[in-house]
Amino acid sequence: MTTNVPTLQVEELQTYFYTKAGVAKAVDGVNFTVDKGQIMGLVGESGSGKSVTGFSIIGLVDPPGKVAGGRILFKGEDITNAEEERMRSLRGSRIAMIFQDPMMTLNPVLRIDTQMIEAVQAHEKVDRQTAFERSRDALGQVGIPSPEERLKAYPHQFSGGMRQRVAIAISLLHKPDLIIADEPTTALDVTIQGQILYEVQKLCRERGMSLIWITHDLAVVAGLADKICVMYAGKVVEAGTIGQVIDLPLHPYTHGLIGSVPSHNKRGQPLEQIPGMAPSLLSMPEGCAFHPRCPRADTQCLVEPGPTVPADPDHRVRCCHPHLEGAA
Amino acid sequence: MGGMIELDGVSKRFTKKLDLAEKIVNLLGGSAKERVVHAVDKVNLSIAEGEVVGLVGESGCGKSTLGRVVAGIHPASEGTVRFKDHDITSLSNAEAKEWALQVQMIFQDPMSSLNPRLRVRDIIGEAPVFHGLAKSSEIDDYVDEMMLRVGLDPSYKRRYPHQFSGGQRQRIGIARALAVKPSFLVCDEAIAALDVSIQAQVINLFMRLREELGLTYLFISHDLGVVEHLSERVVIMYLGRIVEVAPTGALFEKPNHPYTVALLGEVPRIDRRGQTYMPIKGEIPSPLNPPSGCHFHPRCPHAMDRCRAEAPVLREIAPGRYSACHLNDQS
Repeated sequence: MTTNVPTLQVEELQTYFYTKAGVAKAVDGVNFTVDKGQIMGLVGESGSGKSVTGFSIIGLVDPPGKVAGGRILFKGEDITNAEEERMRSLRGSRIAMIFQDPMMTLNPVLRIDTQMIEAVQAHEKVDRQTAFERSRDALGQVGIPSPEERLKAYPHQFSGGMRQRVAIAISLLHKPDLIIADEPTTALDVTIQGQILYEVQKLCRERGMSLIWITHDLAVVAGLADKICVMYAGKVVEAGTIGQVIDLPLHPYTHGLIGSVPSHNKRGQPLEQIPGMAPSLLSMPEGCAFHPRCPRADTQCLVEPGPTVPADPDHRVRCCHPHLEGAA
Repeated sequence: MGGMIELDGVSKRFTKKLDLAEKIVNLLGGSAKERVVHAVDKVNLSIAEGEVVGLVGESGCGKSTLGRVVAGIHPASEGTVRFKDHDITSLSNAEAKEWALQVQMIFQDPMSSLNPRLRVRDIIGEAPVFHGLAKSSEIDDYVDEMMLRVGLDPSYKRRYPHQFSGGQRQRIGIARALAVKPSFLVCDEAIAALDVSIQAQVINLFMRLREELGLTYLFISHDLGVVEHLSERVVIMYLGRIVEVAPTGALFEKPNHPYTVALLGEVPRIDRRGQTYMPIKGEIPSPLNPPSGCHFHPRCPHAMDRCRAEAPVLREIAPGRYSACHLNDQS
């Protein structure tokens, strides 16, 4: 394998849901690239299409949803609407996903060892003993004490944080090239979130694994990721490195999001707020989807804004009136 | 101190009664025991009028239970709750009602705290009519006023809760609490379920209401960023006990208790880049079987023999700052 091929390239991805009420364009023209060993944060509010993007990559979009256009390249191979058999061999082995609720990943009536050994043997012809040892090592890696004993437990015997670790351990069994993590720490306490971020960060650095971290929490991404994509109403509105997007945000939405996060320097003062709320996917506003909430909107925004390339080639923004004065 | 609300040695225990099988086991000479959870353990806290106090802790530390004791939803198992210098356990009926109206609670999940079968008008208007704060003939105007106050369009008042978004529902919950003219609000994770941009809107609403109505808040949250932003004083709880109380600025600048230090180190911040997370080891122990001595000692990097044997008391370490840690005795 050549080393220059990015782990994942997503080009003009469109995932539509064909519902009775009309076509909901959950993901509408999303582009990004994740290189080997890179951590990308995919940020957005509920309904922005960030989770559907994750599901599209791993091929888990259920009807009435469908990948309607665009390409997904995994290590150079086109896996858009690939054969189910091919997807199954990739899923869990080369691409893994961690979900928000670990109870969704784990079968409540099977012991952890049964589930983990099954996952190992699904992709590799190894005997039970080897599979057991691999499972035990994976549990140890994510910081579960006495893994040999814990393998014999059922999911309900673990706490929320421990369950999420088990889910992460399962996703690591085959040393995947790409992990898609969909809000894995949202339901957890800060201290447990810290522990999980620590494990994940370590694993990416050590193994050269790529990671897509889907979240609504900008603060988590700021500390963890290398680059960031901000989504709004199915489109990437801003993308760039952490330094670019968080320190010098160009899109008014990113600006608003960062202003909404309480932090040291603004204690007691009113937070900057974005008026209104995200539009329904079935009745999108004309032109730029953000214009009804945007303080900088004018008539130009009624026409779809194309991706512009300001200041820096890596820093993309989809806006007619970006905050360029901040960048200068 | 003469605070608006004063808790003195308040404890709240939940007991799991023996079931039939266990009773039979006991009759046959077994030794099944009732299991007791010390959700809140001898808490002293005073909140002055007009103050905003943040209450922080991990899940299972008893912060919601404490909030409910303050709001009068759970009676305390032990200790006294005083509201405006009256012990609430010895109030007459009329006074007790007055107190119940003065202290209102706002819940985390607006969907499960609003009756799905009532229209917004009835959700907000029911209590003030019942308690005689508004005449039923004037209730429409009264509800309009409440809805405007929390930033809802009064023309929506004939809708049902499911027709609103999460942020709007939370505003309905706030309007309902405000409708009985309280002076004290207990907000239990009131913004945890909302999106970031909506969170900011609701935080701003809380701050505006405080200025307009002179409210006092007990703001319960696990989100330190939000607590730092809103409150004047922060109370940190761990496994049923208060471990540190300090003015917000001082606490975030120089936390005293090892647990607070660890907790603050975990908070992801937007201005922290390429952070290397150094986690606190272990998890919060079960309140059914708390560790001896200082509850934090199994996870504490500075634990000594004394911590395992003796529970530290909450002592004043600087004016207005309290911490419960044996390390403060050494220096």
